[in-house]
Amino acid sequence: MTGVAIQNSGTTLVKGARATQSTIFLKILMAVSGAVFIGFVLLHMYGNLRAFWGHDAYDAYARGLRTFGTPDLPFGGLLWIIRTVLIVALVVHVYAAAALWKRAKRARTIQYQVKKHTGAIFASRLMRWGGVTLLLFIIWHLLEFTIVKVQVNGGSPGSDRHDPYYLLVDSFNTWWLTVIYLVAMAMLGAHLHHGIWSATQTLGLTGSERTRKLAKRTAFTLAVVIAGGFSIVPIFVLFHVITKTS
Amino acid sequence: MTDMPDTTLTSHPSHDSPLEVDTDDAVDYYTPGAPIGDTKAPDGPINERWQTRKFEARLVNPANRRKLSVIIVGTGLAGASAAATLGEAGYVVKSFCYQDSPRRAHSIAAQGGINAAKNYKEDGDSVHRLFYDTVKGGDYRSRESNVYRLAEVSTSIIDQCVAQGVPFAREYGGLLDNRSFGGVQVSRTFYARGQTGQQLLIGAYQALERQVAAGTVETFTRHEMLEVIVVDDGDTSRARGIIARDMVTGEIETHLADVVVLASGGYGNVFYLSTNAMGCNVTAAWRAHRKGAYMANPCYTQIHPTCIPVSGAHQSKLTLMSESLRNDGRMWVPRTKADCEKDPRSIAEEDRDYFLERIYPSFGNLVPRDIASRAAKNMCDEGRGVGPEVDGVRRGVYLDFADAIARLGKDGVEEKYDNLLDMYERITGENPYEVPMRIYPAVHYVMGGLWVDYDLQSSIPGLFVTGEANFSDHGANRLGASALMQGLADGYFVLPHTIRDYLADGPFEKVDEDHPAVLEARSAVEKRIEHFLTVNGTRSVDSYHRELGHIMWEYCGMERTEDGLKKAIDLIRTLRDDFNRNLKVLGTADSLNQSLEKAGRVADFIELGELMCIDALNRRESCGGHFRAESQTEDGEALRHDDQYAYVAAWEFAGGEAGTMGKPVLHKEHLVYTAIEMKQRSYK
Amino acid sequence: MNLTLKIWRQPDAATTGSMHTYEVDDVSEDMSFLEMLDVLNEQLNAKGEEPIAFDSDCREGICGMCGLMINGEAHGPVTTTTCQLHMRSFTDGETITIEPWRSDAFPVVKDLVVDRGAFDRIIQQGGFISVNTGSAPEAHAVPVPRDDAMRAFNVATCIGCGACVAACPNGSASLFIGAKITHLGELPQGQPERDSRVVNMVAQHDHEGFGGCTNIGECAAACPKEIPLDVISQLNKDLRTAIRHGH
Ligand SMILES: Cc1cc2nc3c(=O)[nH]c(=O)nc-3n(C[C@H](O)[C@H](O)[C@H](O)COP(=O)(O)OP(=O)(O)OC[C@H]3O[C@@H](n4cnc5c(N)ncnc54)[C@H](O)[C@@H]3O)c2cc1C
Ligand code: HEM
Ligand code: HEM
Ligand code: SF4
Ligand code: F3S
Ligand code: FES
Repeated sequence: MTGVAIQNSGTTLVKGARATQSTIFLKILMAVSGAVFIGFVLLHMYGNLRAFWGHDAYDAYARGLRTFGTPDLPFGGLLWIIRTVLIVALVVHVYAAAALWKRAKRARTIQYQVKKHTGAIFASRLMRWGGVTLLLFIIWHLLEFTIVKVQVNGGSPGSDRHDPYYLLVDSFNTWWLTVIYLVAMAMLGAHLHHGIWSATQTLGLTGSERTRKLAKRTAFTLAVVIAGGFSIVPIFVLFHVITKTS
Repeated sequence: MTDMPDTTLTSHPSHDSPLEVDTDDAVDYYTPGAPIGDTKAPDGPINERWQTRKFEARLVNPANRRKLSVIIVGTGLAGASAAATLGEAGYVVKSFCYQDSPRRAHSIAAQGGINAAKNYKEDGDSVHRLFYDTVKGGDYRSRESNVYRLAEVSTSIIDQCVAQGVPFAREYGGLLDNRSFGGVQVSRTFYARGQTGQQLLIGAYQALERQVAAGTVETFTRHEMLEVIVVDDGDTSRARGIIARDMVTGEIETHLADVVVLASGGYGNVFYLSTNAMGCNVTAAWRAHRKGAYMANPCYTQIHPTCIPVSGAHQSKLTLMSESLRNDGRMWVPRTKADCEKDPRSIAEEDRDYFLERIYPSFGNLVPRDIASRAAKNMCDEGRGVGPEVDGVRRGVYLDFADAIARLGKDGVEEKYDNLLDMYERITGENPYEVPMRIYPAVHYVMGGLWVDYDLQSSIPGLFVTGEANFSDHGANRLGASALMQGLADGYFVLPHTIRDYLADGPFEKVDEDHPAVLEARSAVEKRIEHFLTVNGTRSVDSYHRELGHIMWEYCGMERTEDGLKKAIDLIRTLRDDFNRNLKVLGTADSLNQSLEKAGRVADFIELGELMCIDALNRRESCGGHFRAESQTEDGEALRHDDQYAYVAAWEFAGGEAGTMGKPVLHKEHLVYTAIEMKQRSYK
Repeated sequence: MNLTLKIWRQPDAATTGSMHTYEVDDVSEDMSFLEMLDVLNEQLNAKGEEPIAFDSDCREGICGMCGLMINGEAHGPVTTTTCQLHMRSFTDGETITIEPWRSDAFPVVKDLVVDRGAFDRIIQQGGFISVNTGSAPEAHAVPVPRDDAMRAFNVATCIGCGACVAACPNGSASLFIGAKITHLGELPQGQPERDSRVVNMVAQHDHEGFGGCTNIGECAAACPKEIPLDVISQLNKDLRTAIRHGH
């Protein structure tokens, strides 16, 4: 016999498959790390909103973060635990995102001339570039508020850049910085709109139409709450509702 | 549909009375041959025959099975189930299909269900009753031993499929549901909503793929079998392989084996328009026929009354709608031709002719398929058809749900039939809840096929035939839900036993690829392909196919007459000449070329069409799906002639001058019934 | 009606293809989409141009053989198969772009025909219940709750057409595998092989080069059999369970 059909020869059957080497496993990692982020942003958002209670409440919170658990934990202990978890989650999340992105690109090397996206929400297609935006944002954000503590307007009189509250108010009095933040928060909202539902699906929690709808609704609500909750502080600073003296 | 009472007993008991034919319309068209018998079926009480045969069939030692190879053409229910089972048993199996995956064989399209004598309803069903219904449904033109065996293994099929995960419909208690279907009074039909065939096939396909992974079966998709290799090894000619074309690369491949199985399905597409898939063909069977396998009862075709009518000349296939629709829908046409163009809703009650209720008052809309079909055709031939005019005739009758909607409410109708009615709306663009549906009969199934003995072996040793491709179990008409049963019975439970008796003599002497028989088969294929590509005429393959279909439908369809059939034979012969001279196939042989594939299929259909007409001409009686206008009662009912035609017509290919069929040789297999008495049916 | 068709033509797998433009006239709205292409092919044949290759077999929406990307939607604008799409879904004068399924795991064979052998190989990796012929217990030995049987049926309606892959921006076949995992996993008969089935099928899926699922949902919108996204959740859950069981 000569020649075997191409459909029978091209690809082989996988032997000794491992669940942990699958795309789905990558997705599970992504969902778990994403869930860590969600927990963190909720906490962080709560912290930020304390700006409405004024300078002392806000700084007390910042201090509280660092003194939590002392003396059992050293000063800043909890913060470092959080930071470690976040760093690990970030590495995992970004690694998995990059791996999946690469796979998806290889899965279709010739593009359609015309493609409609029936059935997809826009946010779902924004995940990857949205993620890149968020990564850039986080880098800048950390430089600005934690690592370098940049004072974009050179610092206003009487402000100490090591005082989180002043740093915050000074920053968002700069209109373009506020705009950058608002754009970033919109991205975050979109990321969460799809991401939260997607994580529940990835974790296999949406096995029926009812749970799927619930997950989608929850995702939308949380996305709006988180993006809105974060945005409100910069906006209120920009419009001088929150001021250095309040 | 409801069961029909047996009214009259034939005056001729079937036992061995010699068959004397008074007039033979086909006398000029064939050569009489020696009678043929089925040598494999054991004698004895009918309910012990299969056990006896299974016991007597020789065994093949497991270590030897690895040395024995089997080619199976076809991956429908019949082919996939056989490939999986023989693979499990340890034979080396090669499985072929023309689609891109074994899962797409046309068994997938079966809607209604599968019969089995489980008697879960405790409504009086039994193996014997299923046997009885099947023989009677086939109008006493099937072989009783085969049918009994079919009924006997039917119960194992359900067990097997359930274990494979086939999601049959279930009752609230978690047990399997059954319905009554296709002309019987017991509920023995197992179903998976409207797609039983798909679910059963996926089960068989999965079992097949499991064997592919296990290394016992190799699949060859997009491969079309174009020739059987028959090798004379000194004392016997045996089927030893096939020539197949890789439809993607165009390569002509030789595949050799110890035994060849054809499970290539039915040839209803000879009518061009049918409920079959576009690719369904007779090529595998016809090529075997040309190499010596007898073709049995080719004219037996089943026509299904409830199909969506033709909407225009562009039509490529017809879609079946489950006949359950006739339980609640009423068929009618306008009383006068003048009303045929009107909006049906504007036609007053008294101007409507509920023709089935009028002609068959006791069975009304529930008369059997062939009767309903013929009545509908007669209405349209009279000029009272409805719907668009195609080639000057309106081919359609109404199937009206207005009464059912009034009785059950729209919701009630929706609950029972929504998927069917939705499908209708999608295809026709009309809303059947508002405007009466239009339906028309269409060719659906062929009872004829390659002749096989009790072992499912054809007249070529080593060539076995299963499923719709053989003729064996349905006589002149098939009961609804019995084809799926037969395909799976053959593949899972019958063939694996009977084939081992044949293989016990193997492995047969090795055949080389340059054996003269192989080379001859190969070069025949190559020449044919070369021919199609070089005729360079003006007409497309499809245009020939369409014309052939017209001839067959007109003269060898629901109603056949001597004159019509003779005319059809002339027309077909003219068509064949034209086809040979004026065909136009573009493209090359060494790549995917769909016109080229079709050319080969249509060439074979043309020859088959002629044989079907000759067979129909020879059988001057009406039985099952075959209605000869010359043989009817005073009320226009089918009239059988058991004294003359209680035989299987097994046709041997005679060859002729290049491209013609010559005069086929007719071998008669006398049908003898020991376990059942022959009766005439009546539906008035 | 009259239409302008932009169709991908490619002589074979090895040669690169391109879009060609054709005009077809006198299209009736009762034609199916494929019958419209039949008409075009008759015209091409008459002109001496090779007809366009496309797949179809049953033409009644059940075999899964047909499948075209029509104006950027898998199987076109209606939730059905290409063969069951009718020309009344289009308007006179329209330009229709027709492309093959695009997925590197489904290489183009010719024109609009692709090779979906990858699906068969995924099934080979466990898309079955291992039961040899003749070894099955009596069908009523194991009752199946009706709701489970219904769910199994609903997802078993997948016809393996590949529209999910064609529609998915990642070229993922998750809906296809999810449907099979859910079908077999919903039945008592499917339990013994449940863990290995999901692990092996997913491994083959990845090996074939399909993309990962990021829950975009275009697959389910394109699926002619309306397989719901739940099956992907089920797939993920089964894989997670398999990990827990040490696979
Ligand atoms: C619309 C419809 C509805 C039906 N409903 C029912 C029902 O409800 N109940 C019932 O019992 N029956 C029903 N039937 C009949 C029944 O489905 C068929 O008779 C049966 O499935 C045939 O199975 P098969 O395995 O013999 O052939 P098929 O399933 O037709 O398979 C034929 C196989 O042969 C292959 N093949 C053919 N020619 C070649 C070649 N030259 N080279 C290579 N491969 C080839 C094909 O690729 C395919 O794999 C229905 C039929 C139709 C058309
Ligand atoms: C408008 C929105 C935001 C404001 C006003 C804001 C403000 C701040 C401030 C003031 C700090 C310093 C806190 C301290 O040192 O005690 C901080 C730290 C941080 N913020 Fe934000 N933040 C915002 C949004 C975000 C978002 C969306 C993320 C993540 C996605 C984020 C991640 C972080 C991280 C990781 C730190 C560092 C915590 C640490 O390790 O000390 N922030 N933010
Ligand atoms: C650091 C930068 C980030 C990048 C580059 C990034 C990237 C991505 C990408 C590409 C996806 C889609 C993955 C896929 O399914 O293919 C994704 C999913 C997700 N992201 Fe992010 N992301 C980032 C930050 C965040 C943050 C800050 C959060 C939460 C506050 C978050 C939460 C999620 C969640 C919940 C998912 C869904 C996981 C799933 O589909 O199972 N991500 N991210
Ligand atoms: S899941 Fe739907 S789209 Fe995908 S192959 Fe199955 S039927 Fe086609
Ligand atoms: S569109 Fe693709 S990303 Fe997942 S949900 Fe469907 S497979
Ligand atoms: S041709 Fe069978 S589904 Fe379209």
